[in-house]
Amino acid sequence: MLVHSRTGRWAAWGLFALLFLPLFALPLLVVVGASFATHWSGAFPSGPTTGNYTAAVRGESLQALTTSLVTAVTASLLALTLGTWAALAAAALGRRGKRALDALFVLPVAVPSVVVGLAVLVAFSRPPILLNGTGSIVVLAHTVLVTAFAYQSVSAAIVRLDPAYEQAAASLGASPAYVLWRVRLPLLLPSLTAAAGLCFALSMGELSATMMLYPPDWMPLPVRIFTATDRGSLFSGSAVAVVLMAATLTVLLAVSRIRTRAAYR
Amino acid sequence: MGTPPGGAPAACGPPVPAPGGPGGPGGFPSGEARGSAQGPAPRTPASPEGSPAGRSGLRLPRGVWALPPVAVLALVFLYPLGLVVQQSLTPEDGGGAFDAYGSVFASAAFREALWTTVWLAVGATAGCLVLGFALALVIAFVPFPGARAVAKFIDVFLSFPSFLITLALLFIYGSVGMANGVWTDLTGTAEGPFRFLATPWGVLLAEITYFTPFVMRPLLAAFSQLDTAQLEVAAGLGARPARIVRRVILPEALPALAAGGSLVLVMCLNEFGIVLFTGAKGVTTLPMLVYGKAILESDYQAACVVAVVNIAISVGLFGLYRVVSKRAGA
Repeated sequence: MLVHSRTGRWAAWGLFALLFLPLFALPLLVVVGASFATHWSGAFPSGPTTGNYTAAVRGESLQALTTSLVTAVTASLLALTLGTWAALAAAALGRRGKRALDALFVLPVAVPSVVVGLAVLVAFSRPPILLNGTGSIVVLAHTVLVTAFAYQSVSAAIVRLDPAYEQAAASLGASPAYVLWRVRLPLLLPSLTAAAGLCFALSMGELSATMMLYPPDWMPLPVRIFTATDRGSLFSGSAVAVVLMAATLTVLLAVSRIRTRAAYR
Repeated sequence: MGTPPGGAPAACGPPVPAPGGPGGPGGFPSGEARGSAQGPAPRTPASPEGSPAGRSGLRLPRGVWALPPVAVLALVFLYPLGLVVQQSLTPEDGGGAFDAYGSVFASAAFREALWTTVWLAVGATAGCLVLGFALALVIAFVPFPGARAVAKFIDVFLSFPSFLITLALLFIYGSVGMANGVWTDLTGTAEGPFRFLATPWGVLLAEITYFTPFVMRPLLAAFSQLDTAQLEVAAGLGARPARIVRRVILPEALPALAAGGSLVLVMCLNEFGIVLFTGAKGVTTLPMLVYGKAILESDYQAACVVAVVNIAISVGLFGLYRVVSKRAGA
């Protein structure tokens, strides 16, 4: 307790509420409020309706939702495989090798996502690999962007892994593959699911690289929200945004439940 | 600092400081507690050499297992980046290799975008540091019922895309939004005074809103390791809260502030969604310029040149962030 006087404490809380509520709570409330409205004139939204949502879960918007989900799930699984493999391999390397791999695999975080999009577009619009105009180029770019986060999560977890278990298993004659499959990966499972949730959330909201290379028949939700608001239909855009938030939160919640069950094992 | 990716508080941990910081063998409270709870386990983290892959069975050298992921990354990331650099150096209609750079650097649009990007990023970072420090102070040291829920809310906030903030600001400060609506209702005038959204200030406000939680996460982690006895002693000796913050808390928080701040700086430099949604013609940042040149004007060479400049700035700063956060973790 830093502030002991009653008035001082209330002053601190008051300041906190004054900063926190309008900056962080209000934006989310406003988007949810707007998604149920048809007009916004004056202080509050008006013309209550659920029409925005009926539009948001059919037709193009529904297609955008499935596109986003397919992209996010595929990209997360690919990134998780690649990141986990790299993290496990890095842990087996010496100090210098691990540092090199660390630097290599966090590089996609530092490079602006727009540039990653541009690079993937430039590279895969020409032979030998032609992906331009297909959905897989979007999945590929998302995978590149989220692999870094998967790698970091898993490699931080490996550092904290208690080596006693794998040493015990190995001393009892378990082969390295068996130790990996039956000891290390199960111990890492909580971090793997956490990393999967992280990758999924990032991929669901990814806009920058996607804007550079989405083909017309593979339009994820964030692009859909942008085109809606760019045309001036802010209210239906908000409904799609709420759908995006809800989908992300649902998956994150499901993933965190898997994690708690794994933690009791 | 730390975002324990496997630990409890990172329930739905998104983008946050996983970048490097916690990757280092830092002091993770949860990890260490787990280690010692398991009895005779060695307190030091797994040594890299101790992995079973290299000790028995397989005849392959250890490095071989690192090759497949590196090869994949090289194909899908390094090779494309290399092509961008190559294209930026390849003149389309003869001439020297750096002609494209010359003409891009000479254009007023590029210089203005560069300046806008840098001052927006620096301003937003400063704002995030001040605001994040103040909010984290209250959550950690003047706790109130629901403070944990607020910390949870911040985690959730981080898992949403940035452009939602701009979308929300359109409803709050837009020309027919909430703030102007309240103003016209109260004063009876026809138009409200809030019309900064399409200016850089609107982008600045959105960036500060979106990125402040990225500063608060490592700060809250650092504050949770601070021994409250120090504060009690300082208060008992008659130090006033402002003095305690300055002399006790701030020095402890500096590494977390530095790490969080430099991460936010890089993310602000790279931010695209917020600027795109603002839709302001007057606000062009480097990522916007890359998008505009490539997609809207189909001038790929100029886009590649701007991209190379953007990469150089961001990767340089990110390297700095890695060094700072490594030091903060040690």
